[in-house]
Amino acid sequence: MPEPFVNLTAVAAPLEMSNVDTDQILPARYLRRPRDERYATYGFHDLRFTPEGAKRDDFLLNRAPFDRAAILVAQRNFGVGSSREAAVYALLAMGVRCVVAESFGDIFFNNSLKNGLLPVRLPEAACADLRAQLLARPGADISVDLEAGTLTAPDGTVHGFAIPPFARDCLLRGLDEIGLTMTLMHEIEAFEAMRSGQTG
Amino acid sequence: MPRTLFEKIWDAHVVHRRDDGLCLLYVDRHYFHEGSFHAFNMLRARGLKVRRPDLSFGFGDHYAPTRARDTAAIADPEIRGIIQTFESNARAAGIRAFELADAQQGIVHVAGPELGLTLPGMTVVCGDSHTSSHGALGALAFGIGASEVAHVFATQTIWQSMPRQIRVTFDGALPQGASAKDMALALIAEIGTGGALGGAIEFAGAAVRALSVEGRLTLCNMAIEAGARTGMVAPDAVTQAWLAGRPFATPVDIAGLRSDDDAAFAAEVRLDAGRIGPMATWGTSPEEAVPLSARVPKPEEAPDEARRRAWRRSLEYMGLQGGERLADVKVDRVFLGSCTNARLEDLRAAASVLKGRRIAVPMLVSPGSSGVKRAAEAEGLDRIFTEAGASWEESACSLCVSMNGDSVGEGERCASTSNRNFVGRQGRGARTHLVSPASAAAAAVTGRLVSAESV
Ligand code: SF4
Repeated sequence: MPEPFVNLTAVAAPLEMSNVDTDQILPARYLRRPRDERYATYGFHDLRFTPEGAKRDDFLLNRAPFDRAAILVAQRNFGVGSSREAAVYALLAMGVRCVVAESFGDIFFNNSLKNGLLPVRLPEAACADLRAQLLARPGADISVDLEAGTLTAPDGTVHGFAIPPFARDCLLRGLDEIGLTMTLMHEIEAFEAMRSGQTG
Repeated sequence: MPRTLFEKIWDAHVVHRRDDGLCLLYVDRHYFHEGSFHAFNMLRARGLKVRRPDLSFGFGDHYAPTRARDTAAIADPEIRGIIQTFESNARAAGIRAFELADAQQGIVHVAGPELGLTLPGMTVVCGDSHTSSHGALGALAFGIGASEVAHVFATQTIWQSMPRQIRVTFDGALPQGASAKDMALALIAEIGTGGALGGAIEFAGAAVRALSVEGRLTLCNMAIEAGARTGMVAPDAVTQAWLAGRPFATPVDIAGLRSDDDAAFAAEVRLDAGRIGPMATWGTSPEEAVPLSARVPKPEEAPDEARRRAWRRSLEYMGLQGGERLADVKVDRVFLGSCTNARLEDLRAAASVLKGRRIAVPMLVSPGSSGVKRAAEAEGLDRIFTEAGASWEESACSLCVSMNGDSVGEGERCASTSNRNFVGRQGRGARTHLVSPASAAAAAVTGRLVSAESV
């Protein structure tokens, strides 16, 4: 079951990157690992660590206060590429609960919603403004209110965002879709009966 | 109401429609691979069973070793374990899985269609983004995540919102020497990796109709790299002829499976296939592609500041300056494989370039399926590859994703027929140039990024 997501006020980190693909969020060699707390070190692994395993200071998420960030603000096409849901597990393990971007990879967007990670789409200018504020005031908070569908910038500017209603309900209540779909089982069975009637 | 092909298949699979438009779709065909262990774990955690084991098929491909078929002999315990878990999960659920040593094993998006498991008009899902490939047969096919895989196992359905419809028309005829892969790279270079974001592409036009099913699979495979949820081609006589006699195929009436003449598309993209030549990527995103005859672009030439920065980062990772001719870029190795370009037609295209020649840099050939491997050997392609000096190996995802132990070294440059040139995709620090099978063979022979014509 995903954790419910209602609202969140937390340190946010600006990621001046577009096309952050899920291979970068979670390198393929970690995909064979079972889901556990080690996912916190797998997240963005090759950007965070040198091949010898040393922390790379040139990567923002390695530096205080951004190493505490629960919100990331990126550019366009965050989470494109591979369908690996484990990329979402890695972000969650790192403590990230919300990603703001101009656009998201389609499957990543769905995977996030199903695991209690909130993907917030905002226009290019709004994302750029948020990143500029976060750079100017390191450690500043962003507030997200899912019920109201609003995100509040460090300077108090309020941006509205939309999440598909069904996914939003599930997130707010921490429900998973399987349980909800099970209540429609009679319709699934009726569909199968109708189809076998057609072909038989 | 006139409808698109996508809408027709969609409508025929709606089990439940919510007021907000979200639909519960019935899934006709579900494929899975070794990465499915998360989904099986979720089922177990909830005490749920696989509801329709007869509609799911498993393929061991992502971790399959390129040089062996014996699971017990795999040295890496993690890789061995994940393959064993895949096989035991499938068996316990009563699902047919094509395991490592199975004669019908292969990469899911190659072997599934080849076995006749994907048919026109079907809904097809798999926990893998390149599921879009199956749209080549006129199916509605898309990739899903692990939670959705668990959902499909438990209910045989999936929640989906209707994507926007995009028609990509390739007019004219593809010149000699260009292939479906070059069409895909030309399209992504034109519209960008976000160009079709969240949309469903229908590929149309004379140059698409003229493609074999293999070529259509390549094109639909790459639709995801343009950001699309899926790609599809209306089934026709070519599709029917290709499916005839395949082990799991049953006859399908394709008469209505096309977009109505006045169906509405949210966006239309037109390309002149006659102007498409052999392409290659120079950067770390599939949109960073240019003709092989061109130069690597310079950051100053980028259309905007964001891309200027992205290009700089790409060039730095790729060890390029910008401005050099691709033909002068030296490669260290070549990979011919993956669900994009390892079908029989692809192997033939590469072999025709290699015939009677020797390779200058190491080349790994991994057929798309064990069936493709046998077919290629039956016509002697394996001899052409090995006589040229290439390694002719087993079917696996291999260097497309580097999960099975194969990898390209740090800083090494690889001409690859796969689909993603992402940072680190072929190994940490590996530099990938995406090309067609013929261009990959040309790169192997010359050690440089050139087209087959210039060999
Ligand atoms: S060959 Fe590559 S893209 Fe295709 S299924 Fe395997 S890993 Fe995915």
